[in-house]
Amino acid sequence: MMKKELALAVVVLTFTAWAAPVKTNRTTSATSPAKSTATKPAPAKPSSTKTVTPPPPVQAAYKAKVEGSPFESAEPARAENQIDQLVFNKLATLGLKPVLCTDAVFIRRAFLDVIGTVPTAQEAREFILDTDKNKRRKLIDKLLERDEFADYWSMRWGDILRIKAEFPVNLWPNAAQAYHRWLRAALAENKRYDVFARELLTSSGSNFRVGPVNFYRAIQNRTPDGIAGAVALILMGARMDAWPKDRAAGLTAFFSQVGYKPTNEWKEDIVFWDPLKASTLPVNIAPGRAALLPPPPSKEANTNTNVVVVATLPTNSPPLEAMFPDGAKVQLSPDTDPREVFANWLINDQNPWFKRAIVNRVWYWLMGRGIIHEPDDIRPDNPPSNQALLVYLESELVSGRYDLKRLYRLILNSRTYQLSSIPHGKHPQAEANFAWYPLRRLDAEVLIDSINKITGATDLYTSPIPEPFTYIPEGKPAVAIADGSITSPFLALFGRSARATGMENERNNKPVPAQWLHLLNSSHIQRKLEQGPTLRKIFESGRKPEETAEELYLAILARFPTGDEMRNLEMMTSAGPAAAKGNYMKRRENWIDAAWALINSTEFLYRH
Amino acid sequence: MKTNYMGMDISRREALRRGLCGAAALSLAGRTGSALADVAAQPMASAAKVKAKSVIQVFLWGGMSHNDTWDPKPEAGYEYMGEFAKAIPTNVNGIQLGMLFPELAKQTDKFSLIRSMTHRNNGHETAAYLMQTGHAPGERISYPSIGAVFALFKKPSYKGIIPPYVVLTQPQGRFSEEGFLGPLYKPFATGSDPNAQRFEVEGVVARGITDDRQKSRRDLLGKMNTFGSQVADTPAVSAAEEAKKQAYALILGEGRDVFDLSKEKDALRDRYGRNTFGQDCLAARRMVEAGVPYVVINYPGGWDTHSNHFATMRRQCPNLDQGLAALLADLQERGLLETTIVWCSGEFGRGPKIDWQPPWNGGRNHYGNVFSVLVAGGGFKGGHIVGESDAKGEEVKTRPVYPVDLLGSIYQLAGIDARARLPHPMGAEAYVLPPPSDKVKSGGLLTEIM
Repeated sequence: MMKKELALAVVVLTFTAWAAPVKTNRTTSATSPAKSTATKPAPAKPSSTKTVTPPPPVQAAYKAKVEGSPFESAEPARAENQIDQLVFNKLATLGLKPVLCTDAVFIRRAFLDVIGTVPTAQEAREFILDTDKNKRRKLIDKLLERDEFADYWSMRWGDILRIKAEFPVNLWPNAAQAYHRWLRAALAENKRYDVFARELLTSSGSNFRVGPVNFYRAIQNRTPDGIAGAVALILMGARMDAWPKDRAAGLTAFFSQVGYKPTNEWKEDIVFWDPLKASTLPVNIAPGRAALLPPPPSKEANTNTNVVVVATLPTNSPPLEAMFPDGAKVQLSPDTDPREVFANWLINDQNPWFKRAIVNRVWYWLMGRGIIHEPDDIRPDNPPSNQALLVYLESELVSGRYDLKRLYRLILNSRTYQLSSIPHGKHPQAEANFAWYPLRRLDAEVLIDSINKITGATDLYTSPIPEPFTYIPEGKPAVAIADGSITSPFLALFGRSARATGMENERNNKPVPAQWLHLLNSSHIQRKLEQGPTLRKIFESGRKPEETAEELYLAILARFPTGDEMRNLEMMTSAGPAAAKGNYMKRRENWIDAAWALINSTEFLYRH
Repeated sequence: MKTNYMGMDISRREALRRGLCGAAALSLAGRTGSALADVAAQPMASAAKVKAKSVIQVFLWGGMSHNDTWDPKPEAGYEYMGEFAKAIPTNVNGIQLGMLFPELAKQTDKFSLIRSMTHRNNGHETAAYLMQTGHAPGERISYPSIGAVFALFKKPSYKGIIPPYVVLTQPQGRFSEEGFLGPLYKPFATGSDPNAQRFEVEGVVARGITDDRQKSRRDLLGKMNTFGSQVADTPAVSAAEEAKKQAYALILGEGRDVFDLSKEKDALRDRYGRNTFGQDCLAARRMVEAGVPYVVINYPGGWDTHSNHFATMRRQCPNLDQGLAALLADLQERGLLETTIVWCSGEFGRGPKIDWQPPWNGGRNHYGNVFSVLVAGGGFKGGHIVGESDAKGEEVKTRPVYPVDLLGSIYQLAGIDARARLPHPMGAEAYVLPPPSDKVKSGGLLTEIM
């Protein structure tokens, strides 16, 4: 069943078939007119003129490699795994029928969602023509192991962890780099999420050397209250300011003993457990003072022995009482770092806050919408759209021992993830129940990286903090930039997260006219189209025009052109009446315009 | 499950009643744009009092010497004045300017000079931040510049095609003009050079692309948008299409004509000066005519004259003099000066005492203790001097003017309530200017010239 249906999406032809009539056709049903939907297949031969449409001029007809819709598969969507059962059941009750995407849509989507970049023309061609019925599964496995995976997901995590050297406060370049190094390594080795979270919550040491302690520095309001708010937002997906006062105060108590101590290194801080508030004593906050004290503790050890040496505060204050977000009270003992106490409560197989927040966030990242939405606004009166699905994902996280790549794999292999993005049917709850894959404009970094990959051009990223300015070597992709203060006008214009709040919605993909001015008409983009070596190679390779067009479509949209699209191009390129024959520049200009149009198309600009 | 979800039972309504959701609500609003409506609903000065519709800010980044320009001290001696020891009379009795400003001297009745501007900050970034936000640097939040605040407050009323906050030609780079308001409030930077054959405003006018090609590209894009045509009804795509239409109104519609300086008579272009700054001024006037609320001219080249000071002044001051004088006269002749504030200042002045030692060899260093600011139009009277510096231009002698006083006066003339709250994404308490409870230094609004 599957083999036949997959084959329907693509008619496999050899390249020699360009001008010739159909030579090979591995499927018998592919040419059946009943199967064609949005796009009419090109006539098989110029002579077979059954319609009144005039035959395309000059060139022999292009035999499209796309039959039917280039976007939607004719294969019916049947549940592949438990996710699909839960989602499709719900869709059935809403009267919505899911439609699968084509292989071409899938490869582009998977590349963008898993590694934050578009496939090359070669990768797209091979995948589309591959007849292996397990090719989607295999692609997912390959993508999860690619280097770009860690870069791209460091960018996503960097947004919520707020990795940014800010003027005039907070993380400074050294610390931002240390934080990012730790993060990227954790994602590359697929560190268990429970271990990852514990390191964020309980680390101590220098912000230049112990990456995760920057969790406590990358907070605008570095009071116990501000820290608790960040913990709730990042690790519990909740906004603490919507909580009852006693719960907020209870959580705050766990972070009332976090101390920061400067060293004689500029902008270096030691983050540590400071129950006696030693770091607030005047002698300890003077820059350089730390050098006169006993050496800072190693990252594993507790620091209270050091602190006792210099602290003169009374130690007979009453024991601190804290309250977990579930309402249970706890007496904090003076010999345990309260951050550990909180981490022990939070990071627990039975604690719904912990696993719910992360599975919902991963789902949001891949599916464009949380099961609880927004993904960082989990609260009693914001119920999940599919409770059973959320519970299932939580149980998979626990049984998979907090292996996030396993969770990614589960979601990516579902038919739910592989649905078409073209809306079918109307129901107010369609989107909340994942009836189709949601359209999302490419994120700023991904957009410019993709344009650079296609054209072969590069961008310059700089930061004015501090002097001397930072310059990133050309050719490094924007998704791999560690520090949010390192930027370019393009990234700012296209709504890259300012990393000020840690909230998901800080990334702003709303369209504004100035973005269109830039894409349609700026010298920045125009220069890439005219001079980018990779694009130039496509135009100047001496290929036949049809082959050039095909290569252009594969490079920019990761699919073969349809017959109609090829005829559009023929009209304007060498075969078209508008082109002066033999005038090379004129033709090149036409190709540049074609590339320009594809880059400005909805299909390119959106994850679809 | 719903009433006692994860051990917490509190309804949204109850949370709101207890006032717990304020920050969250504001932060959400800040993202969706409804906070803009809140801002528009803030009490504003009554329409009758709103005198300024637009602002042109000439920013002399790097910091221009006050002694050599608008606060001349011919008596201070060579140590202080070097080769510019002459002051010249103006068309207002009793007001003198530095010898390099003969054109402004003919227009002195149209502007006033603040000679007692002070903030005592000598760092480029921090002083520029102070002068354009009114807030002390080093707070935990990064405030938007006055231009971004104008863009925010004028958004409900300004319906022009050109973005509300424009920079000619390059953004400042060393300070984030939009602050916490986010990328929508960034200034639109024109790039290019208005003194070139064709002012190729970035994104509006593309080099080497004719109108015909521009139009055929647009047709092609329409034809080749196979996927887009199947999802045209989705909210995301229809919003993007609307934004694209607005962009094309600039690229192929009437918007770009504003930037087309060839529509001006040659004689007028000559009067402004055939150099980048002069034509910046002309472009700014055309934008103000089109209703753009806030235009910044970021002075090309800058004024950070630690060394080579006198030669740089001799090269740049004549352009500044000619362009600014032509701008004021032209605005007046067109009846626009009444409704357009022009203000011109660096982030600070420069040291009154010349540094003759190597490597400066006759240079002036950063100086925020006292410096001069030019203000004109939009409700500011001309022909007045506000405050004075001491005999050598080293300290304020009378009537100090702080950044909050200058910016507060501009906001008042433009009908923007300086006490209004700004929509901070995290719901932090942030106001247009620091509230009185912050006890920032103030010498009072510039009422003597308003």
